[in-house]
Order: sequence, then C-alpha cells, then structure tokens
Amino acid sequence: MQQLAPTGGSEKPLLSLNDINMTFGGVKALKNVSFDVRPGEVHCLAGENGCGKSTLIKIITGVYRPADGASIEYDGEVYSHMSPVTAQDRGIQVIWQDLALFPEMSVAENIAFQTVLGRWPKLVDYGRMRKIATDALQRLGITLDVDLPLKEYAIAQRQIVAIARALVGEAKLVFMDEPTASLTQSETDHLLDIVRGLSAAGVAVVFVSHRLAEVLEISSRITVLRDGALVGVYPAEGMTQSRITELMTGKTFDQEVRATARQDQPVVLDVKGLSRPGQFDDISLTVRRGETLGITGLLGAGRTELAQTLFGMLQPAAGTITLEGKPVHFSSNRDAIKAGVAYLSEDRLSLGLIQPQSIADNLVISSLGKIVSGGFLSDERKRKLVAGWIADLGVKIGLQSDAISTLSGGNQQRIAIAKWLATDPKLLILDAPTVGVDVGARAGIFDIVAKLAETGLAIILISDEVPEVYFNADRVLHMAQGRIVGSYDPRSVPLAEIEGAVYA
Amino acid sequence: MHSFARTHATEVALIAVIAVICTVLSFATTNFFSIGNAFDLLNTSSVNIIFAVGLLVVLIAGGIDISFAVAASVVQYGTAIALGWIGGGGWVSGLVIAGSIGICLGAVNALLIHRFRIISIVATISTFNIYFGLLMFFTKGVSIYDLPEWLTDRVVLFEHEMADGSWIEITLPVLVMVLCVIATWVLITRTTTGRQLYAFGDNPEGARRFGINIGAMQFIAFGWLGLMAGIGGLVQAHYAQEVVPNALYGRELDVLAAVVLGGARLGGGKGSVLGCVLGVLLIAITQNGLNLMGVSPFAFKMIVGAIILIAITLSNTSIERLLPFVTQKGARR
Repeated sequence: MQQLAPTGGSEKPLLSLNDINMTFGGVKALKNVSFDVRPGEVHCLAGENGCGKSTLIKIITGVYRPADGASIEYDGEVYSHMSPVTAQDRGIQVIWQDLALFPEMSVAENIAFQTVLGRWPKLVDYGRMRKIATDALQRLGITLDVDLPLKEYAIAQRQIVAIARALVGEAKLVFMDEPTASLTQSETDHLLDIVRGLSAAGVAVVFVSHRLAEVLEISSRITVLRDGALVGVYPAEGMTQSRITELMTGKTFDQEVRATARQDQPVVLDVKGLSRPGQFDDISLTVRRGETLGITGLLGAGRTELAQTLFGMLQPAAGTITLEGKPVHFSSNRDAIKAGVAYLSEDRLSLGLIQPQSIADNLVISSLGKIVSGGFLSDERKRKLVAGWIADLGVKIGLQSDAISTLSGGNQQRIAIAKWLATDPKLLILDAPTVGVDVGARAGIFDIVAKLAETGLAIILISDEVPEVYFNADRVLHMAQGRIVGSYDPRSVPLAEIEGAVYA
Repeated sequence: MHSFARTHATEVALIAVIAVICTVLSFATTNFFSIGNAFDLLNTSSVNIIFAVGLLVVLIAGGIDISFAVAASVVQYGTAIALGWIGGGGWVSGLVIAGSIGICLGAVNALLIHRFRIISIVATISTFNIYFGLLMFFTKGVSIYDLPEWLTDRVVLFEHEMADGSWIEITLPVLVMVLCVIATWVLITRTTTGRQLYAFGDNPEGARRFGINIGAMQFIAFGWLGLMAGIGGLVQAHYAQEVVPNALYGRELDVLAAVVLGGARLGGGKGSVLGCVLGVLLIAITQNGLNLMGVSPFAFKMIVGAIILIAITLSNTSIERLLPFVTQKGARR
C-alpha cells in the first residue's frame, strides 16, 4: 500500500505529538504515534474500534500518561505529559461520547458549569450563569430554555449543550468523540454547521466518527490509526470512503466473503411485520438452518431492540414470530431460551457475564438443568461440561474457578458464546460481538461463528461495522430508523456500496 | 415563573395533596382548621424538619444516612455532660457544642465512605449500631432529667390569644428550625459548593472529570447532616425537657420517608428544601388529623405508610400508565 505524503503546511501546528507509546498490561495500545493539529482546522482521527483513538485523546487531555520519551507540544510549550487541569486551563476541551452532563441541573448550569467550580465556596451568580449560557448558545445559533432541567431535552440538544459548555472554557482545541453517533441526519447536518462555525472562529476541532461520509465532508485532514500505529496523515481532498476503509482496516482485499447460498435449507426463524412503536417498524425476515444473517445500521436504528424482542425481553406491538414452523409468543426471555433462542448481548461486560464469578459458573448459568444430578447441582458434571466447551472453542484459561474478569476481551467473548451454546439453541443472536475485542481476537470469534453455522445453527449477526457483517454473513440487511431499508448479497455487491448506503 | 409547575412538579403536587387533606380534615373534625392547631403543628414538627433538611443534603450528594437520629441522641448526652463541665452554659455554647459533636459524628461516616470505600447505607447502618450501642452501654439506659434551667425552660417568642380563646405560639424550636431551613437553602441553591453537591450526586463521573473534590463533597454533605442532627438533638432535648437514650431511635426512617416524599431521589442530584419541608408537614398533618378524628394511634403507622406509597407512586407514574383502560377507551371512540 503506497503512503501519500503527509500534507506540508506552512502554518505552525497548535498541537504536535511525537513518540507516543502506551502499554496496558503488556499490550501496546499505541506504538510511536505522532499527531498534529493546526489552529482552526477540522482534523479527523480515523480508525477501527480499538485502534487507539480514545487512548490518544486521553493522553492529550491528561487522563493517561504516555510512556517516557513522549513529547507533547501545545501552543508553544512542551510537556512530557498533560494533566486534566493543565489541559482545561490551556483551552483543550473534550466532548466525551457520554457527554458528562448533569441531567437534573438546568441548561444554564450545565453550560456555565465552570462558574460553580473553584476551591472555595462563593455565592452562585445565576444572572451571570444565564448570560454565559445564552451567549454560548447564541454563538451556536441555538435557542433553548436555559432554566429548564437538561433532562427535558433530547440527546441532540444535550450534544449542543456539551458543545456550548466547551466554548465557554475559551477552547482552542475541541475533541469530539463520536458526536453524531446518536443523531438523526438533519441533527447531524446542523452539528456539522456548528463545527464549521467553530473552525471559522479559529477553534481547532478533532473529530472522531465512524460515519466516513461526514468525515470527508467536514475535515481538512485525516489521521488514520490502525492497531495502535500511525498509518498516515492525508488531506481530505481527493480521499474516498473506500480508500479510508482500506487504510483503517488494512485488510480489505485479503479478507474473503464467506457468504454461501442456503436457499435449500429449512427456515428456522420467520418474522413477519414485527413492530414496536418508536423503535422498529414492519420488520420481516427469515433465517435458515446454517445461515448467518447480518444486520447492520447506525446506532439507534432499532437493531438491539429488534434482537431483544426476538429474545422475549421486549414484547412486539404487532407482527408474528415463527420458530421452526411454530408461531411463538415469548412473554419473557425464559420462554425464548426454552424455545431455543440464545442472545449474546451488546453490552457483554455489564449484562452478559457476571464478572466476579468464576469462568465455570458463568458458562453454566443458562444451562443449570444439565448439570443436575439427584436434585442437586453436580460439580463433576459442571466440570465436564465446561471442559468440553473450553476445548471446542479454544478458550485460553488458567483454572475453571478463576474469575471471568481475569480473561482477555476475546476469551471472555468466547465464554459468553459458550454459555449460550450450552443451552442447545436453534437460533443464536450475536449483538455487536466484537465491541471491546482487539483485532486479532475478532478473526477468532468469526471462525467460531462460521463453524457453528456449519453445524446447522441459524445465526443473526448484528454490528454497526459494515465490514464485519459483509465478510461474515450470508446475507446483509440494512436497518435505518427502525426499518429494513436494504438487503444485500455480499457475493454480488461490493463492500463500498453497502457502506455508502449505511454511512450516508 | 411560567416553568415553576414544570420544574417543581413534586412541590406543586405536595401542596395540592396537603390542601386536599386539610379540606377533608376541616370538615371531618371540629378543631383541625384553627390557627392555633396550625402553629402547634409547626412547633411539634420543628425537630423533624431540622433533621430532614440535613438528610436532604446527603441525599442530594448521592448518599444515605441511617445513623443521624441516634447520633443526635449521642449529641444530647455529650452536650449535657459538656455543659456540666463548663458549669451550665447557655443557648450559644449549647448550640456550638451540640453542632461540633454532630459534625464529628457525621465526619466519621464521611471517612468510612470516602477513605474506606464503604457504601453509605452499609457504613451508616454500622455507625447507627455503634453509636446506639455505645450510648446504651455507657448510660445503662438511664435518662437525664437535671438539665440546665435555660435548656428546659420554654422560650415563647410570640404569643397571642385568638378570639376563640385558642393561643398562637411561636417557640424557640420554630426559630431554630427556620434558621436551619434558610441556611440549608442558601447552601444548596446559592453557593458554588451546593451546586457541586448536586452535580456530584447527579453524575459522579462527570463531576470527577471537572476536578470536583469528591472527598470534600462527602465531608460537607455528612458534616452538614451532622450539624443539623446536633442542633436538632439539642432542640429535641429542650422540647422534651429530658434526655432519654432511645427517644430518637427509629426517627431516622420517619424523616427519610418524609424527605423522599418531598422529591429527593435516592441516588442523588435531586431534591429541594421546599419539597423536604412539605414532605415532613404532610406526614405531620396526616397524623395530627387522624389524632383529632379519634383514630387509634396504633393505626397511624399503617396509614402514614400507605400515604407515602400512594404519593410516591403518583409522582413517579403518570395517570395514563396507572389507569391504562382510560386512554384505551378514549382511543377507540
């Protein structure tokens, strides 16, 4: 892969990082990364999940301390590491993905929050607070009732409140971590206008987003990271979405489409006209024996709600679910498990596994019935069952009695899969199975998925990373705003076309 | 002002409920709706309101405290003994001593929670038992009746005989209560520290990212409750004219229920002084009314419990969700 020459700029950078290394528990999260931002530019930081983007942001904002030898040059001064206080004092602001706002407090207080900070108590000047908030919102061209509690506003307005708060801090450099992830298209357009306005006013913005279309639209330069290393810095002009994807993944061409036709197989799951108001609408789909159906789409498209409905955790308002020819009506996920549906949740760490408990106990939690002997749980049966699955899935563990939290992300994910396989499911729903899993371990997980499909299991694979479903599913459905808006066969449609549709 | 009903929904609802109960009681009983009775209620509720505004601060900061009522008993004994050492003292030295002991006891809770990372309910259940155990052990359950005269003499700040022969009285506990309410209101709504407490209770991680001193927040919240518990304890000793070791035992749950009724959220970030005072008054008015109606005192707890449940269910749930058939019928027509 030839590397474009970094764009030469006559302007002196506002921020320039060199020789950044960071290691977490033996894993190198960043390897000799350098990064620079010019005053007033919109700079995009691109890379797959786990490539080191957030680590880099946390180093610049002082949350993490990089390994020795690093140099951080910001606005004329050189630091070996930042501290959160220095970063804020010097005008570096971050709009975190979780926004770090205070929902019960008023909009004015949220925006002018710095006025209540300080070591010693002072009287609160609500008039000044309101003025600061109104001014900041005015700069963004927005009107909100600053006296209302923030919780009265939807996520798009909260995003704007977070941006307004960053402006109050006399920001010179603003990081936005996935600011558009939960916004609709028109809200996104508005946000991009705001970003352009900031840039015109001399504020540099570092933009992190999965939506490549908006990255190309908004930024002047793009820094690409892959597996903790710098791939390069490229001008946005002349760049294409597929080229960025290629740079980010580095394996577009060496990955093979696994899709095969399964039309001759019997239908396992047949869903017709399934709806839940405000979440998804008129969803119809089928999954056959041995088939892997991929569902992709942006956050808030209704994917997870659909999965939870198929798993009985939510009840549909309309529509039918037919499992192996029998109409089913799950009033809870217990019914769904009994009927042969397994669901690997999106938030594996908090919902899927019980972190302090042992590997063995986590694995058997959904299939306790199988290890009962004479009315009591049998340790011997448990040990055998666990040993079998660990061998089958190639999980690397110490002892069965070790806490699950001692395992790496990839191995935890395998245990979570094994837990569900132990219930002998007919249908396995995998919701974002690679979130928080490093690139190497991902391939391993998809190998397992492919093997499971060969044994006749019907699989629904949900992911917001299009390449993941493209290369690992037999068919790909695109969900947007609660509806299925496209259906693709990876064998006949190029990846870029699906990505274009999803990230548009 | 237009958004007062929107931002203070709990307070508005409480005022409405209190109005309804008062109307019902004024018809059901002969002497509920008299000004004399209203002032009586205020005099008897003062101690609970002082405790309640203290507890409110802890709830806003995302904590909970079970130990403050027995801490107030410890304060009563400690203050009585200390006053004996200094040869009697007066209201000023009494309040200073009681407040200081209270702050120290509150600081013990904050230390356990912040330094040793014990969650507040566990920490304060432990100190509740430790404080009460120590008190019973050292006092052997003996009450103190020979308190200084200034402490047991009733102080009536204002009195007036009404045309119907009843008396209006404002006593010292009411004055102390009003001062505590105002001080707490100033602390949580008018100072930067108070707003930091709200922010910390609302989103602790967000507050931490802004560099808010988490330890200071715990010490201020539990210290403030300690101060209020100390003052409330002294006022209660004054009101009862004696110090009995288990006089306040069990009071913590009554006050907690009243504060939650007033809109404070277990989990932090939410609650107002007005709501808190209304919560205490609602329960006091209900008990007073039941009393005047001649209901057996043995039924009080049951009825008060039911009122708390109904009020909290109403404030958490909109009417449509409680009565789904109402909207469904409407939709079909």
